[in-house]
Amino acid sequence: MVRITRRTAIKSAFLAGAAAVGATSAAASSTARHEAPKDALGLLYDATLCIGCKACVVACQDVSHLKPDTGASHGRYLAPDDLNARTRNILKLSPVINGESSYVKRQCMHCIDPACVAACMMGALKKREHGIVSWNGATCVGCRYCQVACPFNIPKFEWTTDDGVYNPRIVKCELCRERLADGLEPACTTVCPRKAVIFGTREALLEDAKQRLAEHPGRYIPTVYGEHEGGGTQVLYLSHVPFDRIGLPALGDAPIPEMVRSVQGAIYKGFIAPVALYGVLAAVITRNRAHERAGGEEKR
Amino acid sequence: MSRPVLFAPVGGPVLTRPVKGLAAIFIVGIAIVLYRFVFGLGSVSALNDAYSWGLWKVLSVIVFSAFASGGYAVALLVYVLNRRTYHALARTALLTSALGYTAAVVTLGIDIGRPWNFWRLIVVTGWNLDSVLLEIAVSITTYIVFLWLETAPPFLEAWSRGDAGPLRRFARSATPVLDRALPWIVAMAIVLPSMHQSSLGSLMLLAGPRLHPYWRTPMLPLLFLISCWLLGYAFVIMTTLLSSLAWGRRIDMEPLASLARVSAWAAFAFLAVRTGDLLARGQFVVAPLTGYSLLVLTESGLLLWAGLLMQRCDRATRPQRLFLSACAALVGGGLYRLDASLIALMPGAEFSYFPSVPEILVTLGFTSLAVLGFIVVVKRFPILALETR
Repeated sequence: MVRITRRTAIKSAFLAGAAAVGATSAAASSTARHEAPKDALGLLYDATLCIGCKACVVACQDVSHLKPDTGASHGRYLAPDDLNARTRNILKLSPVINGESSYVKRQCMHCIDPACVAACMMGALKKREHGIVSWNGATCVGCRYCQVACPFNIPKFEWTTDDGVYNPRIVKCELCRERLADGLEPACTTVCPRKAVIFGTREALLEDAKQRLAEHPGRYIPTVYGEHEGGGTQVLYLSHVPFDRIGLPALGDAPIPEMVRSVQGAIYKGFIAPVALYGVLAAVITRNRAHERAGGEEKR
Repeated sequence: MSRPVLFAPVGGPVLTRPVKGLAAIFIVGIAIVLYRFVFGLGSVSALNDAYSWGLWKVLSVIVFSAFASGGYAVALLVYVLNRRTYHALARTALLTSALGYTAAVVTLGIDIGRPWNFWRLIVVTGWNLDSVLLEIAVSITTYIVFLWLETAPPFLEAWSRGDAGPLRRFARSATPVLDRALPWIVAMAIVLPSMHQSSLGSLMLLAGPRLHPYWRTPMLPLLFLISCWLLGYAFVIMTTLLSSLAWGRRIDMEPLASLARVSAWAAFAFLAVRTGDLLARGQFVVAPLTGYSLLVLTESGLLLWAGLLMQRCDRATRPQRLFLSACAALVGGGLYRLDASLIALMPGAEFSYFPSVPEILVTLGFTSLAVLGFIVVVKRFPILALETR
């Protein structure tokens, strides 16, 4: 049996102390919420206006430099059945419940505090200019942690080398950042015949959305999806059917990375705990070895 | 007072039939890996955009690295808590760890899409300090270096006694240097796995509501840390018993039974934290009874059974019973990690994943390589203890 001597007791206390330091700083730490950048750009999609024409899907494909996904049409026309490595923007139909259904446009939400960005080891995915979440292949190792993290199933990976892609990329909507740099709008908003999806600063879009809710009570579910969900997103949604039916998950107001940030932040605050642990361990091991070599008593 | 432990190579021919069989499985694995690099990950695996982490990351890395935590967990007992009884098991533990971690990292290199960018990890200014995966990647790769250094003494021992030549000269000059540095190496080889084994749990916190609430808890890093100790000990017990069986060494039950009792406490600590956490968060598991409840009950049931068996182990315990309890711990603890990292992930009802045959063959291939490495090294180098009683 393990006999508890004074020395082991002291040592155990040391280790417990180190653990306690971690735990108490856990209680003390509070991470500040991220806020949208001042010049944050985004989209506002109003499901009540959308007629499902898919002009936005085609326009997105046109500017994407990706091979068209002709899906089940056997190469005859553009027919992606979901977002994938060739499709950054998709238009879908929600299931019909009580005779009620809705179209929904899906693309990256450009979260204010994105889980994919928190996941990414070397910042290949980052919030860059105007808060747009974009990908830089130079530092991507293809680990796909972004796919595990994203609550909206947005980042897509090039799984096969069909088109000679031996260096697989992460494909997602980047809000047409190249077009923005040229002074243009995103492709999807320029072609929408019903202005169901519009482009602007997050601030202006949010104001617009709230005005619509105020002007047409009863037409909409009375919240703007993306104002607070998951810490807020730069793409906002208005809908006449519950948001989870059009594939937008019920997220709390807390950003997804908040829990892991507070847990890890508590353990690794200032990197003090690992360094202290290393010092204590090295000292204990050295002492034990010296004792052993001097023929000290054995523990069982 | 027991005498100092003597270690000796098993000896005998290396190219036996089992070794050839393992090599054949490994070659099949390598062929699939080559195919994967030409035609892409999707051509050999069942991975998809919703389940982008599968067998290779979750089983080969997240589960198997815990099985390979014996070196770390036993070092904790031998060097820090000064329990010299376990000296007899230390070399086996370290070798399985070094081989297991190496196999895990190589599998990771096959799983990631752009492994040629991995070297950029040395560019410290490019680190995203928010990323748990970054911490794990840096910690595991650094650990492998320290782990092999920690595992080096039996190799140096054999080479110093070997034929005259550069290897012997190297071994003789390296031995005193390594010996002096060992406390610093061992301390590092304890800090690093404490970090990444707990962080492997934190990893899944970023899945947010996509991870089932039975597994999604701030306690994940603690549960992962305790489970790696438990699984590390259980794997050392299993390896030692199998080695004795394979090479006819008489089993010294004393350190094994003692390690089993330590494992039992690890299992009970795990179950206490797990149960306390579930209750504190109002997750009553059995109501409503779902597939997820059954998974929790299976994990916990196996660990409880293993703990109860192991707690009563002593020198008179039959090796068969010890083996059974170690297996129960490995399956129960392994299942917990598999659930927390893959099975309890809920990216959407329309998606599914089950590993493809080539995926399984690659995992088998690299596992075979590790087993093969163990057999060869144990035959040529002083890893296994001679009976001391």
